[in-house]
Amino acid sequence: MSNMRKRWLLAAVAAVSVPLALSACGKADKGGSADCAPYADFGKHEDTQVTMYSTVRDAEADQLTATFKDFEECTGIEIKYEGNGDFEAQIGIRVDGGNAPDIAVFPQPGLMAKFAGKLKPASEKLKSIVTANYSKDWQNYGTVNGTLYGTSFDANVKSFVWYSPKLFKEKGYAVPKTWAELITLTDKIKADGIATPWCAGIESGEATGWPATDWLEDMVLRTAGPETYDKWVKHEIPFDDPAIATALDRVGSILRNQDYVGKVSAIATTSFQAAGLPILENKCGLHRQASFYAAQWPQGTKVAEDGDVFAFYLPGDDAAKKPILGAGQFVTAFTDRPEVEAVRQYLASGVFFNERMKKGPFTTANKQADPNNATDPVIKLSMQLLRDDTATFRFDGSDLMPAEVGSAKFWKEMTAWIAEGKDTKATLAAIEAAWPK
Amino acid sequence: MDQIDILDELPKFGQLGIGVVAFVLVVGFLLFLVDRLPGFDKGRFAAAVFLFPTVLLLAVGLLFPALRTVWLSFFDKDGESFVGVANYTWMFKDPDIRGVLGNTLIWVIAVPILSAGIGLIYAIMIDRLKVEALAKALVFLPMGISFVGAGIIWRFVYAYKPEGEDQIGLLNQIVVWLGGEPQQWLLNPPWNTFFLIVVMVWIQTGFATVVLSASIKAIPTEIVEAARLDGVNAWQMFWRVTVPSIRPAIVVVLVTMSIAALKLFDLVRTMTAGNFKTSVIANEMYTQAFRLLDKGHGAALAVFLFVLVTPIIFYQVRAMRARREER
Repeated sequence: MSNMRKRWLLAAVAAVSVPLALSACGKADKGGSADCAPYADFGKHEDTQVTMYSTVRDAEADQLTATFKDFEECTGIEIKYEGNGDFEAQIGIRVDGGNAPDIAVFPQPGLMAKFAGKLKPASEKLKSIVTANYSKDWQNYGTVNGTLYGTSFDANVKSFVWYSPKLFKEKGYAVPKTWAELITLTDKIKADGIATPWCAGIESGEATGWPATDWLEDMVLRTAGPETYDKWVKHEIPFDDPAIATALDRVGSILRNQDYVGKVSAIATTSFQAAGLPILENKCGLHRQASFYAAQWPQGTKVAEDGDVFAFYLPGDDAAKKPILGAGQFVTAFTDRPEVEAVRQYLASGVFFNERMKKGPFTTANKQADPNNATDPVIKLSMQLLRDDTATFRFDGSDLMPAEVGSAKFWKEMTAWIAEGKDTKATLAAIEAAWPK
Repeated sequence: MDQIDILDELPKFGQLGIGVVAFVLVVGFLLFLVDRLPGFDKGRFAAAVFLFPTVLLLAVGLLFPALRTVWLSFFDKDGESFVGVANYTWMFKDPDIRGVLGNTLIWVIAVPILSAGIGLIYAIMIDRLKVEALAKALVFLPMGISFVGAGIIWRFVYAYKPEGEDQIGLLNQIVVWLGGEPQQWLLNPPWNTFFLIVVMVWIQTGFATVVLSASIKAIPTEIVEAARLDGVNAWQMFWRVTVPSIRPAIVVVLVTMSIAALKLFDLVRTMTAGNFKTSVIANEMYTQAFRLLDKGHGAALAVFLFVLVTPIIFYQVRAMRARREER
């Protein structure tokens, strides 16, 4: 018996002491050589911690935390970063469970608005930073009922058509400036022997259908105009307004045209990540997808105006009007401790964005960020478009609509529209019926 | 920065250690308590002491959430205002959700019948073969694969590429070799649901085979010999002798399969994510509660699922009791 006890005791002691001893020799501490002048504004908050939660993972998360290093060293704030691909589902659970992060980066303004009651409004200081660094539009996306909660983090431009500059050069194609030119180009590509001038894919797990919603949004902006677009997104006109049906039919003139895309229902089972890759083999000529598609090209692909792939702006009927569809994430806070406030100000400041852009691909609408820091030409082009005063920017409508529509029925019905060839009117009417009363 | 830094993970081991120590302390304390406290009826007292942590954890981890789910199912999406049975009427009115309920019904009928049926036939076919052990191992192997893993494997089996391109999916490559046109197996309802069911049957048949094969071997040889002497043919032997003798085992297999089919989530989620009209109750529950943040709808679906599982469990428990009394 006593022998047994001894053994138990030994096991228990070993179980406790080994991990404790190991954890005592934790990570080597950071070297101190940063230039702290740019961070003076954020004050000193020695030995404090701020938790940050977002969808950003893997390489991008590493670049993000590497960006924080100087800030952490100079202010004494440790930013404990956590990325989760299931952010949208998890954030509600964490907030309900009393385990909300200090800083949360919301991928959609619509989702952010759902948490407005629990988020901390921006301080006067933060508001002045945001007013100085962002256009009115970008301030508005972070505002709920007149109160500023979120500051814009990254941004992307969705109105792009990817193409192969090599093919264009070889065949003497020019980048189209109007919709009519785009269709002429499509027919030319087809006549030159590429059976499917367009490639497309909308499969994306449970979010299947979203690339098709972007198509429709882009087309509403081009055929009905930004004012109608705003009314449509806010549901001041019904979802199945005739203007929207016209736009969807215009989308159909490409996406549901067998001569342009091959087998239409195959689009529904082609993943959006793989959809554009045939461009590299000249199996298709054009692929409409956002600036972030740059990350999908295999290693060694040169993304440049004279490289393997590049993107041009998706034109409308009138070359003078340049509506741009885009989206982005928003930094918010669930607590208002001084160190959290400092991090919020930092994440809206030029010093953060310029450092972040140098670390890896990153696009932002922040005016202090210098497009010349961009790591690739598509980001530079995106940032120029985001700053172009003649362009009209509109935020991705499905991200602003209520979740029942924007991240459920809209995706599902667009998928049915492609996979089953569902009638345009019936598709839009079904989405209209799902709008919460 | 690409690898996992072991040093970063150390605090987790520390927490694990704390958990283990806490467990040892609690058990030790209970043992001490039972040992030292001079007792009235020692058996009952000891039982109560040992049951207490389990009952407490069950109450906190199971009973309370279950009651709260029922409660939430009568409230709106934020769980704030009372809406009566609106969430339940929604379930049966909304055409999409009706489709989901219909799919679950298909699963519950098809999976048990197919896996038990194939498992039974297979078990009889391999009975007393030389390679029986190997044959059993082969069909049991998929049981060792998680549903998510199986889902990913079969997604590749069903993968589609347009005609003329290299097929990466096994099934479509076979179709192409046979001179057919590649198909999008997971796209067209209701067939896509059956292609998903094939995966579940693939996983579960091994379980049915092993259980049924064991009980076939347990049939007393006297009965089999008596039947032979009476001159039964193989068909009669199967229906009049084998099946009645292993009825309890068949029931166990059917019940287990039905519950598994009712709760099914992983396969649908990994293979189609509920798209193309393949969603089932558990997947829809998750979507409603956590993605659309509609707690009322999610809770109502959860309660409905519970109501569906209850009679099966009730039947199973009663059957088990009856058998115990027989013995």
